[in-house]
Amino acid sequence: MSTSQTGILSRVAGSVVVGSGITDIMMGEVVLVGREELVGEVVKVTEKSFTAQVYEYTGGIGPGGKIVATGKRLITELGPGLLNRIFDGVARDLELLFRERGSFIERGVKVNTLRRDLNWEFTAALAKGATVAPGDVLGTVQETPMVLHRILVPPGMEGTLKQIEETGNFKVDESVAIVSNRQGEHKLTLMQEWPVKIPRPFREGGRLGLDLPLITGQRVIDTFYPIAKGGAAAIPGGFGTGKTITLQQIAKWSDADVVVYTGCGERGNEMCDVLTEFPNLKDPRKGRPLLERTILLANTSNMPVAAREASIYMGVTIAEYYRDQGYDVALMMDSTSRWAEALREISGRLEELPVEQGYPAYLPDRVAEFYERAGRMEVMGRPKRTGSVTIIGAVSPPGGDFNEPLTIATLRYAGVFWALDPELAFSRHFPAINWLKSYSLYSGPLLSSFTQSWGSYSEYGKTSEWWREVSSGYEEYRSRALELLNDAAGIESIARVIGESALPDDQQLILLTAQLLREGFLRQSAFDTVDAYCEPQRQVLLLKMILDFNAQAIKLVKKKVPIDIIRELPQVPLIMRAKEHPGRTEHIASLMAESHKELEKIANSYGFTIKEGSDS
Amino acid sequence: MFVKDVGDASYDEIVKIRGSDGIDRMGRVLDAGNELTVVQVLGSTSDLQADVALKFTGSTFKIPVSDQVLGRMFNGLYRPVDGLPPVYSEDLRETDGKPINPVARSQPNNFIQTGVSGIDTMLSLVRGQKLPIFSESGLPHNRLAAQIARQASVKGEKEEFALVFAAIGLKRDDASFFVDQFRNSGAIERSVVILNLAEDAAVERLLTPRIALTVAEYLAFDMQLHVLVILDDMTLYCEALREMSAAKEEVPGRAGYPGYLYSDLATIYERAGILKGRKGSLTQMPILTMPGGDIRHPIPDLTGYITEGQVFLDRDLYQRGVYPPINVLPSLSRLMRSGIGISRTREDHQDVADQLYDTYSRGVRARDLAKIVGQVGLNERERRFLEFSEVFEKRFVNQGDFESRSIEESLDRAWDLLKMVPETELVRIHEKFMEKYHPLHRAQKMVE
Repeated sequence: MSTSQTGILSRVAGSVVVGSGITDIMMGEVVLVGREELVGEVVKVTEKSFTAQVYEYTGGIGPGGKIVATGKRLITELGPGLLNRIFDGVARDLELLFRERGSFIERGVKVNTLRRDLNWEFTAALAKGATVAPGDVLGTVQETPMVLHRILVPPGMEGTLKQIEETGNFKVDESVAIVSNRQGEHKLTLMQEWPVKIPRPFREGGRLGLDLPLITGQRVIDTFYPIAKGGAAAIPGGFGTGKTITLQQIAKWSDADVVVYTGCGERGNEMCDVLTEFPNLKDPRKGRPLLERTILLANTSNMPVAAREASIYMGVTIAEYYRDQGYDVALMMDSTSRWAEALREISGRLEELPVEQGYPAYLPDRVAEFYERAGRMEVMGRPKRTGSVTIIGAVSPPGGDFNEPLTIATLRYAGVFWALDPELAFSRHFPAINWLKSYSLYSGPLLSSFTQSWGSYSEYGKTSEWWREVSSGYEEYRSRALELLNDAAGIESIARVIGESALPDDQQLILLTAQLLREGFLRQSAFDTVDAYCEPQRQVLLLKMILDFNAQAIKLVKKKVPIDIIRELPQVPLIMRAKEHPGRTEHIASLMAESHKELEKIANSYGFTIKEGSDS
Repeated sequence: MFVKDVGDASYDEIVKIRGSDGIDRMGRVLDAGNELTVVQVLGSTSDLQADVALKFTGSTFKIPVSDQVLGRMFNGLYRPVDGLPPVYSEDLRETDGKPINPVARSQPNNFIQTGVSGIDTMLSLVRGQKLPIFSESGLPHNRLAAQIARQASVKGEKEEFALVFAAIGLKRDDASFFVDQFRNSGAIERSVVILNLAEDAAVERLLTPRIALTVAEYLAFDMQLHVLVILDDMTLYCEALREMSAAKEEVPGRAGYPGYLYSDLATIYERAGILKGRKGSLTQMPILTMPGGDIRHPIPDLTGYITEGQVFLDRDLYQRGVYPPINVLPSLSRLMRSGIGISRTREDHQDVADQLYDTYSRGVRARDLAKIVGQVGLNERERRFLEFSEVFEKRFVNQGDFESRSIEESLDRAWDLLKMVPETELVRIHEKFMEKYHPLHRAQKMVE
């Protein structure tokens, strides 16, 4: 790669500039454009000239201006001080930018990703004389009360520890250790750099099976369409169908160790919302403010387009870095469509031949490259550990029509598809994940380990005996519920023609049960303190309650008990409200018993009992 | 316009153009190249020949701003059209604006009472929000926008909104409707009007909203005023953009609009909000007419992805005599939740809104069913929902041009309607609110 060299601009058109005079410039190299040294990246090289995309507004720059090649790729700084912070698409610290430059983002401002003025307390994990290899844990820094940052030997570094500081306070760019090898001596600091477009390496052959669930506390996700740690999910939907809220819910409540939330080309006020809300929310497991495990990347829709393209790589590189430390990381991308559009826009300016809807032909390749960076793996270095990156990408298809290039390409590489449904959103049923169209390729392997991992939660450990009993029926509940919802969809389409009252009672009961499932289980309020996060235990109980009610009611209907009697039971609305009752599982358990008693009473008045007939 | 051998033109620079007719025009550089420079002419290109004289000014497009802009009227290039001299100020601002640092934003949470029940109750507007009206030709979007401009107020505050109105390719009578409205209500003193009329050059439309927002940002963030910006009609803006894109021979995207329509619209819509440490706010109400009433058309579609919700006007409702014809189902306000509730509007507000959505959507479904099986084919429950939807439209959404309802009034009206539905169906309202606000419970309490 070239060392720093200066060339001359020959053309400026929006975010694309053409320059010449640097002979050995290469693709992906970072350039500095004009007097203000705006950062750009080389996207095309020909014999005589080269083209770069610039991450900032290029007004006032013209031919004859200078362009400097840096000899480096687009990199990001990695180290303590990422968590609990917010960055823009090229990983500039926005808080710092605000303090130095005020409310509006000026161009040409250089700000580091990691603060240089902060001290971190480092504790060594290795001693002088140890042989080290990439990924070895050199020592630790308590980055936030929730996350212990492991300082790693950077990729490509091997040798003997000539020196290491046992403990002490250091800034990120101060040396804490010296490694010596055949090439000489190398200082190691708390931070390292990585070119964002290249996946960080992990142990060879270290990819692990995707059989651990990422628990999100969202019923329709965990129970019906679960996502594995290390998996990838796509959540496409038109505007107003709740993509952002769903992503935010997962960012808040999932059992990931670290969450990287990337707002790519989205609304400024929404990022502000996250910044206002997250510090006040507590992690349901550790009881600490959620921001302590969160990294925010905000590239709002009116920031330069090219930086949007960079932001998703920044996000996934940071996620991989925490994975390498041995953590389960969840990466939210809102929205990948804005990234694809940035690709399209730049491709257009490069005058490349467009294929479908103006997108460049390489769009599916880029999508694949991105989603393949998800995974659960054994990471490099000692001690041996595993980490994962789970990618959840929102897609904003034009007109809400899923038959478009990005949605199609994404579905090819994502294992989970949460289809958002405008009909549900219109009637304010959230999350508006359509339970008939969605799928999860992970649900098979996940189901068995799902219940185990739920059961191993410390708070449920005490009741393990009971838990095993309940959760053993889980797979059955799930398929029974899906079957009912499917049947109901069929019956509804008939009811739409002949009216509900013309249906036989057994079909009306299916509709009633589907309504209970919809209101009492699938619909979940992101804003209700009890309902926002639904523990796995409660999810299973709620499902069991509704299905038991259905099973018992079937027996009544068979014995010709009119459906209206069942529908008018005072327990019916209570079942729909049980999810938000502060009594939680205890309340559900007692409601279950109560409704059973009521149904039994009706049965008795018709001269039979439910229990008796349970085997027939 | 393509120019050879300029040498030192720079991107987005402003160019002065004098044709053989002696008229001065303005242009800006779209593509600055060594051999060829592409200049976009702002204004009419008729009578221009290949022998024009160009002067490259060396600076991007800037406008002077000062407190003198209030009460003034300009054309789409910021030239006065009210007979007064141009604004003089040394404070020059680039009209393209700069992105607001998300960290510098403060969360919009001041409820704006528009006095319109459908909006206040179900898609509450808050200060600093961008909430467009999705309409069609022939629907009363201008009446509604004028009514909102007239009635908008923040609870417990006397200060009125400063208005910035940008007419983008509007017919003369539509534009004068607004100006007359402002005059009659006395709002003209605290408004700025930027007029690009239907007969004006399409290319000026690209500048009009940006000038309006630059002025609005000045009023909001320098003069600390609460500003409401009405951009009418954004569809014509997009068409002008398409025209320019075609002229530049760019690869067209959906419906011929350029692939960067989203990014371009974002640089307009994102210029709304509240900044930390400043008193003012910038609220946007863009209006767009959906071609063919199609919400999936690229313009409403991309707008909806950027703005914080939308107010959807429905021809069907209008023809049934409902004004304002707001169809609440596809409408939405994303910032509603942070602006309403116990200390802002009323504790039951969100639940009532959720319940209205649910009940009304079931009513609409029942209505569809009734079209097939007839009213007699409905069961008792469905009939109640159907009846609810009718009354909801007639007595809740429907209201007069000069009728301003307080939020409490609107919520009470809502409860009055909800009592038509069996209590067991009102599952979206918390029990504690049912007891406190449901008319039957209230009546019972009074008896006790």
